[in-house]
Amino acid sequence: MDYLLSVTTIAGIYIIMTLSFYMPFITGQISLGQAGFMAIGAYASAVCTAKWGIPYVPAVLFGGIIAGIVGFVLGLPALRIKGIYLLLLTLGFGEIVRVIFINLDYVGAAQGFPSIPYQKYTILYAYAVVFILAIFFSRLRKSRMGRAFQAVGDDEAVAEILGVNITSAKLLAFSVGAFIAGIGGGIFAHYQEYIEPLMFGVMHGIEFIVFAIFGGIQIFWGPIFGAVVLTFVPEFLRSIQNWRMELYGVLLIVMMIIRPQGVIGLDTIQAIKKLFKIA
Amino acid sequence: MILQQLINGLMLGATYSLVAIGYTLIFGVLRVLHFAHGEVLMAGSFMGIYIILWTGLPLYITLPLAMVATGALGMIVELLAIRPLRKDFHLAPLLSTIGVTIIIQNLAVKLFGGYGTKFPDTITTVNLEVGPYVISAAKILILGISLSLMVILYFLITKTKMGRAMRAVAESHLTASFLGVNVDRIVLVTFGIASALAGAAGVMAGIAFHAVSPFIGLTFALKGLVVMLLGGLGNMGGAMIGGLILGVAEVLSIAILPTEINLQDIFSFGIMILILIFKPTGLFGSRVTQG
Repeated sequence: MDYLLSVTTIAGIYIIMTLSFYMPFITGQISLGQAGFMAIGAYASAVCTAKWGIPYVPAVLFGGIIAGIVGFVLGLPALRIKGIYLLLLTLGFGEIVRVIFINLDYVGAAQGFPSIPYQKYTILYAYAVVFILAIFFSRLRKSRMGRAFQAVGDDEAVAEILGVNITSAKLLAFSVGAFIAGIGGGIFAHYQEYIEPLMFGVMHGIEFIVFAIFGGIQIFWGPIFGAVVLTFVPEFLRSIQNWRMELYGVLLIVMMIIRPQGVIGLDTIQAIKKLFKIA
Repeated sequence: MILQQLINGLMLGATYSLVAIGYTLIFGVLRVLHFAHGEVLMAGSFMGIYIILWTGLPLYITLPLAMVATGALGMIVELLAIRPLRKDFHLAPLLSTIGVTIIIQNLAVKLFGGYGTKFPDTITTVNLEVGPYVISAAKILILGISLSLMVILYFLITKTKMGRAMRAVAESHLTASFLGVNVDRIVLVTFGIASALAGAAGVMAGIAFHAVSPFIGLTFALKGLVVMLLGGLGNMGGAMIGGLILGVAEVLSIAILPTEINLQDIFSFGIMILILIFKPTGLFGSRVTQG
């Protein structure tokens, strides 16, 4: 039971992180640096609780806000570039964040940041955040702003002609994505009790992208689905557990060949809706 | 002292150049960021180690063998993970090569262990004395091999029929195929050449650092990307010079700046971010207008 609970908790944190990747993705910005924002949120909130004695909820929020501010600052130059350049910028950012934490003695440098207060009800907090995010994304989809984001992601030139302010749309999406990642990092830090820079490497950030792409990137149910399935399935199939990463690799390649839009696409949602109407 | 550091930097930079040239070649013909390129380098390194350990062949046979093997690996990657993709989803090649990265890296950890494997001593550690300076022969050899590979590649691309076809494909797939170029074959060959260069860089990195771990791929991939940006996307000469610049700058930054903090990595990524923000076309101009 404890084991099941811990896997479920981790899955919740992964859902938050996967959605943090999805947020800027709506506007066509692919960030390889979400693990960097997660690290910022994790360290900032851990400093709040462990060093300054601030309670859990404001500390995690503080971590998210700090990550969001860094996201805003990074988003400013990121506006001018796209495609492969943006990928490389976010990749470099993620690595710089890691190297900075390795050299920062105040938070334990390479030895890691020990004895962060443990949050017993992490699972509740994590799924509360997932719930809020699900409502946020479903409302966003139907709102004017959400449609503007979507338009920017589909074709920037067309969106601009239609009167969308591309600059603010992209910057907002990027900062909100960073904020969500920071919240995820804060929750993660208080569940692990111990964080070290190695936990937030590039390859870990890529795991969230794998979740999102596997689940589907046309609608927010996809990333949620991907994070849940890819966290739970390897846990219960012991024989797969050792080959989990290789499985991810094969899965990514096969998905890209057969169904690049992910398992849950807009057509899936339509089909489900139809099914329920008939029944 | 400075001369020694300069040679160390040039040697390191030459391996970066080889990686970056591979990236540039592949980006040129396909407009694709081949994420697994660093892992191909790592595979080349291990191939070098095991060819020497199992057969005891000397370096001048091992290096070409490792290059052929990594070239084949690169072609397999192209055939399995890039060719079957639909062309309308521009993210697909990036993600499928990330998949390849994950597979190769984890297989390497299972096969060779997560720690470093020692590179066998192939060249006797002779030190050349040039006046007051002592320079190891291995470093000169690495520098020499890298530079000659670059010269060979330069002639291959500018003087041969195949090179002309590669440049045509880089301009436009459609036009090249109208002119009778077999585009699929050229893309495959480009992957082979780029991967063989990465393999050579891998073997030389193994000699230079005396040990190889399954995780060197990402480091070299990132450095290669920095160099590609430094030189300008799709600009081969830029990649050559950019690599040498980064190598020298890194080594000098370690020698000159305080050693308490690990500045080396921040340094190269800092350069990358500055270039991305202020001069996305690179120092020597980009041949590609959009990424």
